Amino acid sequence: MAEMSLRTFVVYVEDKPGVLNRVASLFRRRNFNIHSLNVGTTHEPGVSRMTIVVEADADKARRIEANLYKLVNCLYVDDITDVDSVNRVLALIKVGVSAADRAEVLQILDVFRARALDVSPTSLIVEVSGSQGKIDGLVTTLRPYGILEMVQTGTLSMTRGNAARDAGPPTIKAQPTRAA
Amino acid sequence: MTKENSPEFPDRTGQSLTGAQIIWESLVREGVEVVFGYPGGAIMPAYDAMIEYPIHHVLVRHEQGASHMADGYARATGRVGVCIATSGPGATNLVTGIATAMMDSIPMVAITGQVPSTAIGTDAFQETDITGVVLPITKHTYLVTRPEDIAPTIREAFYVASSGRPGPVLVDITKDAQQSSCVFEWDDSPIELPGYRPEYTALEEELRKAVELIQNAERPIIFAGHGIIKANATGALLEFVQRTDIPVACTLLGLGGFPATHERNLGMMGMHGETWVNRAIQDSDLIIALGMRFDDRVTGNVKTYAPNAKKIHIELDPAEINKNVKVDVAIVGDVREVLTELNRHVGRCERPEWIAKIDAIKGDSAVRDIKNMPDMGKLYAAHVIHDLYRFTNGEAVIVTDVGQHQMWEAQYYKHDHPRRLITSGGLGTMGFALPAAIGAKFGVKDAAEVWVIAGDGGFQMTAAELSTLKQEGLKVNIAIINNGYLGMVRQWQQFFYGGRYVATPIISPDFVMLAQAHGLTGIRVTRRDEVEAAVKQARETPGTVLVEFQVEQMDAVYPMVPAGADLHDMIERPHNPIYETGADAE
Repeated sequence: MAEMSLRTFVVYVEDKPGVLNRVASLFRRRNFNIHSLNVGTTHEPGVSRMTIVVEADADKARRIEANLYKLVNCLYVDDITDVDSVNRVLALIKVGVSAADRAEVLQILDVFRARALDVSPTSLIVEVSGSQGKIDGLVTTLRPYGILEMVQTGTLSMTRGNAARDAGPPTIKAQPTRAA
Repeated sequence: MTKENSPEFPDRTGQSLTGAQIIWESLVREGVEVVFGYPGGAIMPAYDAMIEYPIHHVLVRHEQGASHMADGYARATGRVGVCIATSGPGATNLVTGIATAMMDSIPMVAITGQVPSTAIGTDAFQETDITGVVLPITKHTYLVTRPEDIAPTIREAFYVASSGRPGPVLVDITKDAQQSSCVFEWDDSPIELPGYRPEYTALEEELRKAVELIQNAERPIIFAGHGIIKANATGALLEFVQRTDIPVACTLLGLGGFPATHERNLGMMGMHGETWVNRAIQDSDLIIALGMRFDDRVTGNVKTYAPNAKKIHIELDPAEINKNVKVDVAIVGDVREVLTELNRHVGRCERPEWIAKIDAIKGDSAVRDIKNMPDMGKLYAAHVIHDLYRFTNGEAVIVTDVGQHQMWEAQYYKHDHPRRLITSGGLGTMGFALPAAIGAKFGVKDAAEVWVIAGDGGFQMTAAELSTLKQEGLKVNIAIINNGYLGMVRQWQQFFYGGRYVATPIISPDFVMLAQAHGLTGIRVTRRDEVEAAVKQARETPGTVLVEFQVEQMDAVYPMVPAGADLHDMIERPHNPIYETGADAE
């Protein structure tokens, strides 16, 4: 077995009921382990975009791509693992902070380029985005103050520059013909 | 596929029709002549409308039978098989047949009724999320809640089911969609699905690499899989073999894709393939795999599989490339097109040394073949199947169940034509044979005789379809290979579980009386010298004849590569199976 690493796929799908279920079901059925999955609409009507991070070697990654293409509602798949990309996780963290500690915590947020979205007498909500490593770093730093709750997205990824990727634009009209 | 509208079937496009009527309007336009199904509450509007349309409905005894029948029809004809059931239990009963079709890439459309759209999610009576249930075992699924969506969805379902690598598609239609009306429109233009890629064209570069490997190979071997039959590539393969003189090994589902009696056909490969086939594979320096997927029953231990062979994989589904076996050249495309292209570029060649080598590997295996052994007054399944082959001139459509008899069929019934062996390969579904044979008979009609070959265990799983067979007045002959055991499991117990026969001894009803109870003819055969007369009587009797062959109980299928073992590590056929497998062995 070749070396397993985290691989990132950008997947365009038709914005139809049940499509997320089809993608998730495929990963479960083929025993591909999803590390994170993020889905949302795009600027193209009818097209949703997923960023899926999976633990896989290069060969498994190719099979994941081929299997995704077998889904009738799947428009376009791009394995961007080895492409220069921007990768972002967004997290909201509610920290138990009294007035006494507030200034200190705000200084920490500054270092992490995070910001306070909501302040109450006993807590504040932190918004932070960046790599998973940065999020984890902030969580570690804030933990002594008491983290009350937290939520984060999966990784959102986009390749740098404006070079057209692989088989063409991800619009609903696109019909890439590709041979493996 | 669109059927010309006959005078008694007026064109109703532009008229207001119920969703129920639109279902049948659509099926007629897709060229459907027969559907297999079972009515129930949520599909009743569709059943009520059926009477107006020139489509024959076969009432099954269990919905599993409906999905197997649609499957058998599709395998026999290459067309889309259609089954229909109500919501809830009707739909879930289809599941085994749908999974069977998925594993063997069979084009099928399953139509199910669903509770009214307003009741979905309320746990209404007979509500099941059937599109959710079958999601992993279908090529695609649809839930339709509006009558205007029915025609385009059914059209799309047939297209998806039959294009590319075929597979089952389920269309779940709510009762209110069937009951309400809309203006019926039928769009005949080519279907465009933005994300669907059924066809791939081979890359020039890969073709060049393949030709080079073929030209330089000394011990090449061709694998003929199910894809040969699906792509109607038999002719192209014959030409390829004629040019290149390369021997052919078939997968179970590939049997018939290349004539069994062709001098370059080695036979079936894999777990129950003949020794020389598997040895030739292990010895080969090039494998040309056509429309097959290197199933574990074919490869055995992949780590030691064909260690010296370069591998060319020609396959329509890119997801199969490098899935089980790493290949050197992958050509994704239609097998027939690729072979036609290769035929233009490969030079003529003869390979007397390689052929002689395989013949030498054959050695005495052919002599040790059980069909050449004396019967000593006993009845062996292999003899029965070999005789069936002889007395039906090798021309019958054989529909098997799953187990020992299935492997003996693959070994001893030599199919020279595609679509004459219908068998559940990937899923290995016991109970498949009888209903699939009914479906196949509707497909081939009078053009071929249809035989079921089933074991006593599998036959009892779906024996209720005898009544369907009778009601339809079909002539499908049935050979039950009765050894009083779940034979294949018993064989595994004998080889791998210390001979502890747990839950494998099985009694059966009196099959002759069972046939008679259904108004069919039953014959019992216990000795080999009775086989010919029984087969003859079965063929000459107008209605269905069930022949029960009471065969040796402890007989085993040889050779056998134990699951996961090296392909060359076979349990070979004993030198005298008559003594070693019969009661005399003790």
